[in-house]
Amino acid sequence: MADKKRAFDVTTLPGFTAIAITAFVLLYAPIITLVFYSFNGGNSVNQWGGFSLQWYVVAWNNEAVQDATARSLIIAVWAAVISTALATMAALGTTRRGKFKGQTVIYIIINQPLMVPEIVTAVALLIFFSSVKIATGYSGLGYLILAHSAFCIPFAYLPIKARLEGMDTAMETAAADLYATPWQTFRYVTLPLLLPGVIAGAMLAFIISLDNVIITEFVKSAGQDTLPTYMLGQLRRALTPEVNAISTALLALTVLILTVFFIVTKKRD
Amino acid sequence: MTKQIAIDARNVGKIYGVGVHAVTALGDVSIAIEQGEFFTLLGPSGCGKTTLLRCIAGFETPTSGSIHLSGRDITYTPPNERPVNTVFQSYALFPHLSVADNIGFGLKMQGKPAKEVKAAVERVLALVKLEDFAKRLPQQLSGGQQQRVALARALAPQPEVLLLDEPLSALDLKLRKEMQSELKRLQTETGITFIFVTHDQEEALTMSDRIAVMSAGELLQVGTPHDIYDRPVNRFVADFIGETNFVEGTVEGSAVRIGTGDLLDVTLDGHSGGVTLAVRPEQVSLRADGSGIAAQIVAATYLGTDTHYTLELGDKSLLVARIQSNSAGGMRVGDAVGLHIDAGAVQVLSA
Repeated sequence: MADKKRAFDVTTLPGFTAIAITAFVLLYAPIITLVFYSFNGGNSVNQWGGFSLQWYVVAWNNEAVQDATARSLIIAVWAAVISTALATMAALGTTRRGKFKGQTVIYIIINQPLMVPEIVTAVALLIFFSSVKIATGYSGLGYLILAHSAFCIPFAYLPIKARLEGMDTAMETAAADLYATPWQTFRYVTLPLLLPGVIAGAMLAFIISLDNVIITEFVKSAGQDTLPTYMLGQLRRALTPEVNAISTALLALTVLILTVFFIVTKKRD
Repeated sequence: MTKQIAIDARNVGKIYGVGVHAVTALGDVSIAIEQGEFFTLLGPSGCGKTTLLRCIAGFETPTSGSIHLSGRDITYTPPNERPVNTVFQSYALFPHLSVADNIGFGLKMQGKPAKEVKAAVERVLALVKLEDFAKRLPQQLSGGQQQRVALARALAPQPEVLLLDEPLSALDLKLRKEMQSELKRLQTETGITFIFVTHDQEEALTMSDRIAVMSAGELLQVGTPHDIYDRPVNRFVADFIGETNFVEGTVEGSAVRIGTGDLLDVTLDGHSGGVTLAVRPEQVSLRADGSGIAAQIVAATYLGTDTHYTLELGDKSLLVARIQSNSAGGMRVGDAVGLHIDAGAVQVLSA
């Protein structure tokens, strides 16, 4: 019988559709509700009081929100730039010199932040930075920028490495053949061809930094709230749809950047 | 007048890996390529021809020996400091640069002023007849056009030597024939030394001034296409270049007695004992009257102008004859015929 030869197909299992629907509802219903109530005219996050943009106005005019947003963006931009630069070098080092001893170890070290529980990294950084703070007396945003740069590296590294591996090394050979010095080869051939990967890596790093809570919460000094930690702080007090409005704005920004990310990575060659 | 030597490879060897994993890509190759020559490295894949080319380009460093360009030792010179350019098998065009920028790349990297680069690009574009495509990206061109861009890009900086690594292998037959004469024309017009790598013996015969036949990392024979075809030094060369029948025999006085008992009056050069005769299919003629060596036609392949007949001789050995189709009049499979070998043209190889 021809039907018996067909590969195992999970979609034919009993209850598959029901489970799928439940999963999607659990994933998206809360988000839809959150977005919905950001337009609430009332003061509640679960009782509809008519359509209004008032909470966006409130959030926009809230100085604490403004400060946290600015801080988040500064950290995210720096973290994206630093981690992408380091990740690009790491990717070049691991893909452009053939197989070498200890390659797997290097991969694991680079991707370590993906595997170590974030809370562990957070505690470790807290302890480490507090001694640095005592020693140097510096307590600015630098600690957060460094911490974010560090855990963003693997996110920036993966798309860049994927791009490099898909690139024909004959291009670089051809450049060298045409009188390009190693630096010129990198500047005029490797880097332009790598650019989509670099942009994708930077965007991913930016997003990851932007919504980080755990490490930020541990590393930040007093008065260094980022947008996510500010929102967390708000939850401990009275909950108003202002949080919904901020969340929705953050969601919109993330979706926008991720859309660009997919367009950039899809458009290969 | 003695010709200037462009590339002089002396005892070049290349070994990959170490110890038990060592693979010898080049044994001990010495070769002198003259200036303005169309020189072909010919051999089956894995014979070391591409390794030798990559050593000349600077992509590989020989394990032993040295390479000289116009008398200067360039063995350890990095590729970007050699006045040598390569046309790659995969073309390796820069996908993010226009045709004009691809062609101007070499000159730009040399730090030539923009005006000079532009003039050179225009000149070379005209040379390969691609003037209308300057602004296109490589992927907007056909395979044949990309091939021309690759050629133009390598020619633009006016290298002393142009290396071509099986550049025509990705093209279809008709385009390949066109590019063959195109390459020959460009070589004559520019006067640049061309070193061409191919496994296609026909390509090598039609284009080259001289050919080096390689096998298993060794150089077997260097000579003009005529030398190589008419006077192969050994069985490998005879077999690789064109089609050849190998007939075993024994020297008897000034002639060779072959397996059927017939005597062939070939030109001997100090040979004795057992020898192998290399007989080209076109050196065999057939007589319907049965005079000469007795044979029977066991197969016939019609190739248009010519017909290939496979013949079985008295000692059951097989021989291929190439006969012009219009002079083969009525010979069929199964017919008994007489076979003549143009003994003067037969090459005697040590068995």
